[in-house]
Amino acid sequence: MALNVGCTAPPGRARENRTGSWRVFLPRFDHEACSKCGMCQLICPEGCISETADREFVPDYDYCKGCGLCAEECPKHAITMVQEEK
Amino acid sequence: MAIDKGCELFDCGHRACGGCGASLAARLLLKAAGPETIVVSSTGCMEVFSTPYPETAWKVPWIHSLFENAAAVASGIEAALKIQGRKEKVVVIAGDGATFDIGMLCISGAFERGHDITYICYDNEAYMNTGIQRSGATPYDASTTTSPAGKVSTGNRRPKKDMPRILAAHGAPYVATASVAYPADFMQKVEKAINTPGPSYVQVHAPCCTGWGFDGSKTIAIGKLAIETGLWVNYEMVDGEVTKVKRVVRKPVEEYLQEQKRFRHLFKPVTLTAEIAKIQAIADANAARYGIDIKLPPRSGAEAA
Repeated sequence: MALNVGCTAPPGRARENRTGSWRVFLPRFDHEACSKCGMCQLICPEGCISETADREFVPDYDYCKGCGLCAEECPKHAITMVQEEK
Repeated sequence: MAIDKGCELFDCGHRACGGCGASLAARLLLKAAGPETIVVSSTGCMEVFSTPYPETAWKVPWIHSLFENAAAVASGIEAALKIQGRKEKVVVIAGDGATFDIGMLCISGAFERGHDITYICYDNEAYMNTGIQRSGATPYDASTTTSPAGKVSTGNRRPKKDMPRILAAHGAPYVATASVAYPADFMQKVEKAINTPGPSYVQVHAPCCTGWGFDGSKTIAIGKLAIETGLWVNYEMVDGEVTKVKRVVRKPVEEYLQEQKRFRHLFKPVTLTAEIAKIQAIADANAARYGIDIKLPPRSGAEAA
């Protein structure tokens, strides 16, 4: 029996909402200083940091809100927050 | 990391504040739970920021209940899955308002009936979505919009309700507290809760930069300070007995309090020493109850004297 009640939305449709436009400060990643611990990827509240094939951690600036949590928690201080240029 | 399922089931584009502890809890929860999960969310900040219609950040089946009945909705889903012989896990994620206050009746019913559900409370210590009103989880002396600090009040007058023990008293086989400041620990506890038959409860401390008044980059630092001062204790209870506790070398509570605007009235315009001493007493009582203190060996100089 099909019940057509309530509202539904396709999985992950929030991707249409590009939260990167909220950003004031932008995280810059220094891949030389990075120790590949993956902390930034684990703790990003957006889940917008991914690991490339050459084991570099890169944020998706379409969604990064620039909260600075990755820069604060990076044990190697390899991430710095810089003023966004718009 | 062994338990990282390598997928992002709580996706980008949600509308949580930058540095939100609760959104981090949702991500970590699904990393640990995996795709074979059905999530029930009560009304709250997480429901609002993750699913403004027609958007959703969830990539697993997700249902919004009312504010009060997430545990009852989860009970029904679990019973339906069981009779169909299906193996999906049912997880509730609800805020402290929906858990400590509004949903108490339905949670008590679900736990008493013994449904195989995992109830996760992201505890940001007030009703943040509607504008920072106090809840049963708000700590002593925190200033909220319904417990404002001022000339006649030093903020919230009641201590935090002990929700984990209330649910342990229901006979829940697994009850745990965790913090987004220790992501691996939280994910392990979620996995354990999901794999424990019967109703289990995980309460995760989720610092709220907007409601508590600190910079979004400090979410994890604040979460760690709560544990290091003894105002939040990470522990596990199996069949009502505390089996594992995170032990710390304790710091004075001021180090946690002065980082947050909700406690600013304790330091300005004058330092309210007597009130801070009451909060220190809460931390001391936590430390004595759970045995969190790591005793450092005395320095050799002190021994010689």
